[in-house]
Amino acid sequence: MASKTDLVVDAAQTPPARARRATLGGRMSGLPRWLRFQWATPYLFLAPFLILFVVFFFLPFAYDISQSFYKEVRSGLGLSAPKVVWNGLNNYTQVLQDPAFRDAIKRVLIYGIVQIPLMMGVALIIALLMDSATIRFRNFFRVTAFIPYAVPTVVAAIMWGFFYTPNISPITALFVNAHVPPPDFLGPQTVLWSIANISTWEFTGFNMIIFYSALQAIPQEIYEAGRVDGLSEIGIARFLKVPMILPALVMGLLFSLIGTIQLFNEPEILTRMSGAISSTYTPNIDAYNVAFVKTNYYYGGAIVAILGILTFVFSFGFLRLTRRQSGV
Amino acid sequence: MATILTDAPEAPVERQPNHAERYVGARRFSFGSLLALIFLSVLAIYFLMPLYWLVIASTKDNSDLFGTFGLWFGQFNLFANLSQLFTFENGIFIRWIENTALYAGVGGAASTLISVMAGYAMAKFKFFGQNLIFALVLGAVLVPITTLALPIYLLESKMGITSTYWALLLPSLLNPLGVYLARIYIAASVPDELIAAARIDGASEWRIFQSVVLPVMVPGMVTIFLFQFVAIWNNFFLALVVLNDPNLFPLNLGLATWNFDPASHQLLYNLIVTGSLVSVLPLIVLFLFLQRFWRSGLTFGGLTG
Repeated sequence: MASKTDLVVDAAQTPPARARRATLGGRMSGLPRWLRFQWATPYLFLAPFLILFVVFFFLPFAYDISQSFYKEVRSGLGLSAPKVVWNGLNNYTQVLQDPAFRDAIKRVLIYGIVQIPLMMGVALIIALLMDSATIRFRNFFRVTAFIPYAVPTVVAAIMWGFFYTPNISPITALFVNAHVPPPDFLGPQTVLWSIANISTWEFTGFNMIIFYSALQAIPQEIYEAGRVDGLSEIGIARFLKVPMILPALVMGLLFSLIGTIQLFNEPEILTRMSGAISSTYTPNIDAYNVAFVKTNYYYGGAIVAILGILTFVFSFGFLRLTRRQSGV
Repeated sequence: MATILTDAPEAPVERQPNHAERYVGARRFSFGSLLALIFLSVLAIYFLMPLYWLVIASTKDNSDLFGTFGLWFGQFNLFANLSQLFTFENGIFIRWIENTALYAGVGGAASTLISVMAGYAMAKFKFFGQNLIFALVLGAVLVPITTLALPIYLLESKMGITSTYWALLLPSLLNPLGVYLARIYIAASVPDELIAAARIDGASEWRIFQSVVLPVMVPGMVTIFLFQFVAIWNNFFLALVVLNDPNLFPLNLGLATWNFDPASHQLLYNLIVTGSLVSVLPLIVLFLFLQRFWRSGLTFGGLTG
């Protein structure tokens, strides 16, 4: 942080300097002695966050990993109480070799490869159009695109679920009226893309707003220079605007990537309407069903650990990669 | 992840079109802008249609939901639906609204304050362990709390707080992304000189935070609050796992249980539809109302070391 000057409180200050500050700070004398030392200040501001971090992030993760090395053993006839025994890395090898888990991972990857670029592309085009002066009704279009973000994913999934259910869907009704066989939105081949549609509907506007805000922050003189050099509006968008908002694009991609690996709400809600969504449809649904339907916390713990590490590796790797390629 | 930076929150939101843009704007009926207008209109229909359907559907009873065309009115039963919704199972829906206000509203606000405090410490102080804490914050941004729903449940059951308000409220207070954003906002928009001057005037550290940092941070805080509000709303997984008592459910979990319930499923369709509308409208109004704030707080771009 180059902007930090010596005006910033420095815990490494010499004691006389610290004492001088303390006498200057007349109102601080009402505080208990240990609070008057300035070294404590940043820690006090951080304390609530750090406590929450330890209790609801660090401890759960550590506990999860410690549990994942055990398994529950029931004796032959299941008459005596089950025993918990050490299982080493067996849960992990079992998860990684489970074809259902591999399918779930593959499924969210295919989903991400198609849905993320599509959503980002549309969001970027809208943002660029919003940023160009020729568009009318700009406010209306921007607000319209952003409204779905205010709809909770569960409600969005319920709502789109009605659009996918044959007897109630207005889309199916339109097809039937036109004497065209209506599409099956909930079949084994299509339901993944019906889910992708829900996410796209939800988050296109969110990404658009992030891109648009970044575009608005670019100084206009740069475009003037481009125009003088004979660039068309599309050329300005392609060669000036997009490269300048790369960090915002990286940010949007990162959130989408994390959301995709963690996919849970939409498929879980659609389960009731579609037989094609199995209990291992996405990694998170798998973890949920193993832990809470089969009540196998130990095996579920291994799935959670693998998923957490996978999410971290993916998002961290993505950040490294983009940092090198875009010079960010 | 040192790739985000924001403008100072007071940066102008809507810039005036410059001379060249005004000139381009004068050619109103060019082919390109017509094409763009069509493209945007199609998208607008896509974004609005489900909500339009929801409004129409909430005026129908169960037989009309199935028997009439979805995009036009049947018999007008909105008020019957609403009264059934608010009285069903002794008004459990009202309870869910209150619970959501607690989890997402109060939780989001408290979480924002906690995040801004932490972001302030990281932006404006030098202290031992700073780099480690920053690395932890980043790591927690990259691994969202949904991952940890299962172990959080197990730990909470050891603490004996599952199926209490705390079970969902406490984890919702943790917001690493909020800390990350607050640190950037504060570094960019609160001058060191201002803090130093307040210190020399004898203000206490908390007083400085309260009357120097917080006022400047209002747009940034609204943004962090809305992000976290939506994140808590959307953390259905955690709510599903840690809450058993329907009296403690937030709206999304309540609606989902109606949706899941195979026995009463069809009978509850009108309630699910009307309940969805009721739970969505206040949020949309809130977003529109707070637009001025979050749009200025959301200025990402450039980069920072």
